[in-house]
Amino acid sequence: MQFGIFTVSDITTDPTTGRTPTEAERIKAVLTIAKHAEEVGLDVFALGEHHNPPFWSSSPTTTLAYVAAQTSTLQLSTSTTLITTNDPVKIAEDYAMLQHLADGRVDLMMGRGNTGPVYPWFGKDIRDGIPLAVENYQLLRRLWTEDVVDWSGQFRTPLQGFTSTPRPLDGVPPFVWHGSIRSPQIAEQAAYYGDGFFHNHIFWPKEHTQRMVEFYRRRFEHYGHGSADQAIVGLGGQVFMRRNSQDAVNEFRPYFDSAPVYGGGPSLEDFSRETPLTVGSPQQVIERTLGFRDYVGDYQRQLFLIDHAGLPLKTVLEQLDILGEEVVPVLRREFAALKPAHVPDAPTHASLVAARGAKDATVYAEGDAVTGSTVEQDRAGAQA
Amino acid sequence: MTTRTGTTRTIAVVSAGLSNPSSTRLLADRLTAATVEALRARGDDATVEVVELRGHARDLADDLTTGFANEPLQAAIDTVVGADAVIAVTPVFSASYSGLFKTFFDVVDKDALVGKPVLLAATAGTQRHSLVVEFALRPLFAYLRAVPVPTGVFAASEDWAGAGETALAGRVTRAAGELADLLVGRPAAAAKPADPFADPEVSFEELLRNT
Repeated sequence: MQFGIFTVSDITTDPTTGRTPTEAERIKAVLTIAKHAEEVGLDVFALGEHHNPPFWSSSPTTTLAYVAAQTSTLQLSTSTTLITTNDPVKIAEDYAMLQHLADGRVDLMMGRGNTGPVYPWFGKDIRDGIPLAVENYQLLRRLWTEDVVDWSGQFRTPLQGFTSTPRPLDGVPPFVWHGSIRSPQIAEQAAYYGDGFFHNHIFWPKEHTQRMVEFYRRRFEHYGHGSADQAIVGLGGQVFMRRNSQDAVNEFRPYFDSAPVYGGGPSLEDFSRETPLTVGSPQQVIERTLGFRDYVGDYQRQLFLIDHAGLPLKTVLEQLDILGEEVVPVLRREFAALKPAHVPDAPTHASLVAARGAKDATVYAEGDAVTGSTVEQDRAGAQA
Repeated sequence: MTTRTGTTRTIAVVSAGLSNPSSTRLLADRLTAATVEALRARGDDATVEVVELRGHARDLADDLTTGFANEPLQAAIDTVVGADAVIAVTPVFSASYSGLFKTFFDVVDKDALVGKPVLLAATAGTQRHSLVVEFALRPLFAYLRAVPVPTGVFAASEDWAGAGETALAGRVTRAAGELADLLVGRPAAAAKPADPFADPEVSFEELLRNT
């Protein structure tokens, strides 16, 4: 099982000091957090994508490429990649590029984005959210698996004789997860392709997660990718830990009370009961997290949100230390002991290459060095 | 002339009264009793579940900030959504339904009450609000595509005493009769909202072809 962290890249005032970090500070802080995640023995770092303040992560592959260069084992992922407003051509190119730079330590999580005003900035309409996700992802897959793509659809200009470069590393596209809180169509999409399904599993009652995962597993089996319990499931989770649970509650409460999303609403105690948020001792986090399996079954990836709501870098690094030293080793052992042998691990580049075989996927084209156009066009032009 | 069907109808009563005792709850109780009686006269039985919104005031505020109903509020919503009919009663605040009343119907899914027979009623301190059911409550339930009965019941302070009593009692009986008429003959436990987690009717291949 993979353990890691995911960040939404928010720039939020620290309510205990009244200070808001600069973009520069926060960006550097997240790089430090990502590197420290590897240092403490975590497996995955996933970065969000946003195109509006108070978020900074508009360019995830740039950031993840930097992290890739500074790490050696950390799996790099997204939380999420906007399959609706991004051009699937650019996603195909960017993430294949990142695959090469990161020696394959890359997967992606597709999401739709729920901020209406963002869509028109990219020429799209939020009311087309599901059709955009369906069409764009189908094209993205073709761009990764077919060397030359002829395509036409509803949401972007047609492609004729298009080759997305670089080709996926070893001819194996990155593994894809689909994230959705409550749209069965997205779980259906994940099931149809045999891709992974990720539920963010924060801010909402566990019943939402349970219903979505059950549906995804049932449909995964329906589409013939394996039995329901072999479907690839990832969960989020939100934790804050101190050795003594009351210290954790006292320290986290001011961040909770003014946090984006839920601040100004229910008490920390109510929200902890109603959602998977766990604020307490490492042992409490271990017990709560092991309990996730009771309602989603054996799953492959657990990501924690630990750096939002204005928590200072020093505190976040301490949270990583606790995760790495006290929590994840126990979870790793306990989950492994519970998992039946026929339940697979989350696919990685190495496992996908092992399953499909590596190949040189380069498309060797006799390009015209002057115009960069294809050899076919050159010949057609010469004959004209 | 009625046909005995012997069906038991579930009536959910939503009362947004704030004081205890409240005239809003009092009106709700009278409407409920009259509806149960009217149903019995038509051969049906009734079970009644009352949702006092005051008890969910904080839950509703939490729902506005978190986007989900906590357990007690979800139970209340399930009661209302699952009922065969709803009796909804609000006090008039600043010339309309109270914010608490509106907030409850804000957090109920907009399609959850489609086709639901509803009896609308309001209380106020003055007769000058007497059309509030028509200009405030009825449009709200039209938006929700519920089916309010033609008689809305409004009760001002003076309706509870003296000469007004007869008129109020008459409106209560008429409205309750209208609600009972809507209910009898309907299949028990009318269509529930579609389960979003049922196997999709449109295959994913179909979705892909349509793009």
